[in-house]
Amino acid sequence: MSRLTNIASVGRRALPNHWDVLAFLAIMAALVSVVRGYHGMVVPLPGPDEPVIDLDYWNLPYYALRTTLRMFAALIASLVFTFTYATLAAKSRRAEMVLIPVLDILQSVPILGFLSFTVTFFLGLFPGSVLGAECAAVFVIFTSQAWNMAFSFYQSLRTVPRDLDEVSRGFRLTGWQKFWQLEAPFALPGLIWNMMISMSGGWFMIVFSEAITVGDTTVTLPGVGSYIAKANEQGRWDAIFAAVVTMALVILAYDQLFFRPIVAWAGKFRVELSASQTGERSWVLDVLQRTQWIRLGFRPVFNMLRSASLLQIGMPPSWSKRPAASPTASRLIDIVWIVVIVAVAVWALWSVVTYIGTELSLNDVWDVILLTLYTLLRVIVLMALATVVWVPISVWIGLRPRIAERVQPLAQFLAAFPVNLLFGAAVSLVLVFHLNPDIWLSILIVFGTQWYIVFNVIAGATAFPNDLREATANFRIHGWDWWRRVILPGILPYYFTGAITASGGSWNASIVAEYVKWKDQTVSAHGVGAYIAQATEKGDFPKIVLGVAVMSIFVAIFNRLFWRQLYAYAERRLRL
Amino acid sequence: MLDVVSTVLLDVSHVSQSYQKGSGETGPPILQDVSLTLKEGEIVGLLGRSGCGKSTLLRIISGLARPTEGAVSFYGQPVTGPYDGTAMVFQSFALFPWLSVLDNVEIGLRAHGAPAAETRKRAIAAIDVIGLDGFESAYPKELSGGMRQRVGFARALVVQPKILLMDEPFSALDVLTAETLRTDLLDLWSEGRMPTKSILMVTHNIEEAVLMCDRVLVLASNPGRIAAEIQVPLIHPRNRLDPEFRQLVDKIYALMTQRPDPKPAGREGGVPGMGLGMALPRVSTNSLAGLLEELAAPPYNGRADLPHLADSLQLEIDDLFPLGETLQLLRFAEFEEADIKLTPAGKRFVDMDVDQRKKLFGDHLLAYVPLAARIKRVLDERPSHRAPATRFREEIEDYMSEDYAERTLRAIINLGRYGELFAYDENAQAFSLENPQ
Repeated sequence: MSRLTNIASVGRRALPNHWDVLAFLAIMAALVSVVRGYHGMVVPLPGPDEPVIDLDYWNLPYYALRTTLRMFAALIASLVFTFTYATLAAKSRRAEMVLIPVLDILQSVPILGFLSFTVTFFLGLFPGSVLGAECAAVFVIFTSQAWNMAFSFYQSLRTVPRDLDEVSRGFRLTGWQKFWQLEAPFALPGLIWNMMISMSGGWFMIVFSEAITVGDTTVTLPGVGSYIAKANEQGRWDAIFAAVVTMALVILAYDQLFFRPIVAWAGKFRVELSASQTGERSWVLDVLQRTQWIRLGFRPVFNMLRSASLLQIGMPPSWSKRPAASPTASRLIDIVWIVVIVAVAVWALWSVVTYIGTELSLNDVWDVILLTLYTLLRVIVLMALATVVWVPISVWIGLRPRIAERVQPLAQFLAAFPVNLLFGAAVSLVLVFHLNPDIWLSILIVFGTQWYIVFNVIAGATAFPNDLREATANFRIHGWDWWRRVILPGILPYYFTGAITASGGSWNASIVAEYVKWKDQTVSAHGVGAYIAQATEKGDFPKIVLGVAVMSIFVAIFNRLFWRQLYAYAERRLRL
Repeated sequence: MLDVVSTVLLDVSHVSQSYQKGSGETGPPILQDVSLTLKEGEIVGLLGRSGCGKSTLLRIISGLARPTEGAVSFYGQPVTGPYDGTAMVFQSFALFPWLSVLDNVEIGLRAHGAPAAETRKRAIAAIDVIGLDGFESAYPKELSGGMRQRVGFARALVVQPKILLMDEPFSALDVLTAETLRTDLLDLWSEGRMPTKSILMVTHNIEEAVLMCDRVLVLASNPGRIAAEIQVPLIHPRNRLDPEFRQLVDKIYALMTQRPDPKPAGREGGVPGMGLGMALPRVSTNSLAGLLEELAAPPYNGRADLPHLADSLQLEIDDLFPLGETLQLLRFAEFEEADIKLTPAGKRFVDMDVDQRKKLFGDHLLAYVPLAARIKRVLDERPSHRAPATRFREEIEDYMSEDYAERTLRAIINLGRYGELFAYDENAQAFSLENPQ
């Protein structure tokens, strides 16, 4: 019957439809932009006096493009890292013993502090080319995403459903086949979610990393971040405003054109087989899926990828030939392995200490600890303030679905927005009104991170079961009792999720927020963030190492003793 | 099926499997000395309660798991890992949610580098046989449970396995769907439209086993071992109401509720099953009381036929047996052949009010469950009247696996709370005599 289908209908089906035209234009535009942006990346480094940034508004689209490309480059690098590092950690028990704690530490290290090292390193790698500076900037963004993504991927690999694992082993899929048929698809939704969440950190980093001074080296890359830096230097309010608008548009476009479609598409990789799919939708994905020619054009590509994923690389599973290593032998290898790890760790510690010791004394250490305590105090107080202010408001919003629906995207957008764009402007107010920087700069620390609390608490209040609400209304539980016994326990797990992210972000932000420049003036507060920022500017490496080390230790301890305990408690007792 | 000498497809000889403890030592056994053979042309059922190791046995047979002792051979070749020649159908369907029906069915063939055109042809044929025409491009999420399991069957059959392994393939489906799928599968089997020479199925459903299998191996728990082998000489299609069918069902019920031989209690014997080593199932005290009331009331009037009771209460044996056994342990009811009947104590329990019931329950718990008595005595002896749960957990872990120990502890906490023998503080993980003020 297919042969006899009437010709008109075949013809109509074969022709491109209007969705094709739309998608084709979009794809072409994307290609042209990438090429333009790429050319800018490989030019020689401009001389120290050559102006890189021009505050003319018409340059902003190009700067935005460069910033976005950096973002993509970092994303690709993070993916490569995730696939290798996390896979290794999940597949080898002994590798896991090292890799996972390292990842854990890296997560709590304030990455901004390392900027000075990476910039020096990458500039040395590509002498005389912008590429070195580009790599350094990309690396900073990479560090804000990669750890999260690797963790998520590792956790997914460890929780692959047992029955699906048995199916792939039963059909004797090789390691390569199993990875692409089962493990990677299973991990995808979590991975993409994490990519999206770490994006906001990424914007923050990129704004900071485009214009940096390490000692005598000043790197300025064309981008929105350096545009703002220049605007701050000259105190141009109009330019700041233009940059903020541009950034908002970029984030919006990134979300709509890139992440929404991917998240919607990744919905099909969720394992829970519930029929009711209230998944995410994306108009971009809809357009792409309704095209004729574009889909047809991509089909060979997809088929090739599928064939590649089914290549018989590696060995099918089988019981090891020799009898399992005796427990004693295996334990002996473990002990040797642990000794090696400890030896390397001790050596690393010793070299750090001697390096710092060349220039700094024990007094410096005490100073830094004191400064870190200041910052710690700042983070705690500000988090508490943000909590007191935002939790009631968010609960109020969350319990009203129609308002929550509108506020939620806004809160997520605000969390993604790199507030450091506004720091210069904020500081000008501190200067104008002669305010105490130790107090007023603190606010900048939670400026960008408080939104995590807002949208998580809104989500929690929205998810609060309706029958419980009705029961409390029925028993007429009001006022403080209602907060203490009903709603606070209900939202606590969500609050902790938000607060942990916010707290981590705040530490990082302190490096930027405690030391801010406006025109030719510098405002700084007492704290380890300012200490690191100053040392970076002077290129004083032992001080940077000391500052970052002490801050990392504090963050790690704070997370472990405080947040994780609370989170575990909430998960155990209060998850509904 | 027929009276010809059939080839032995699969031979399992003296297979044992043990838990691997975290430290690498071998823990208590899951399976102990299991031997069986599978011949061409037969459907064999592995029937047992949850936790008897029947699924583990299936995984050893398929090469997915390695036995601690013993060996499996397929056509005389020792099994050393997953091999061609078997395919498994899962209780949870185990479909890749990101692959369409067609891709799911094709995956086993494509993994071995079969040409795309041939793969497609065979997959379409399998989809056709199993009754999935028209669903080729659907994703598992869009399908009902029954359709999903059909995909599971098509995926297994397309690789033309000699043995089809089925791990409770119908137990996640509703009654009607399960019955349709069973019938369809049996039709394919008896009409010879399957490439498969033999089927080995795991089930906990006695009627299902009698309906489908030519031979039923009944497994006992803790450790798992073959307790009995029953031939089912009925021809297909079988009628559930046929007296012979009913007789076989009754016989298996009786076999599965038999009391284990009494052995000396206590540590010396180290025998699991009795004394402190008695593994307790987690049951709700409300269900216990409910079952007693049901038994006391008409039409049972103190004595019920188990298959009938299971049917009318819509209980699977994994629900019903633990209840019955707990009642038997507490001397409120006892099994007799395929019946369960109330004891005088059970009858008295039914007539009591709530407080009296709890008192009687507590007394029986102390008298007949050694672990309860032990906990109570330790609490009585200690001046603080408190004792951590780990103390008892470690003690019972000498007799059973960690999972069983945890479940037993949970069960005794539940029963003890109901009988008001002791209190338990979940946060502190400690038993005490007093309830919080």
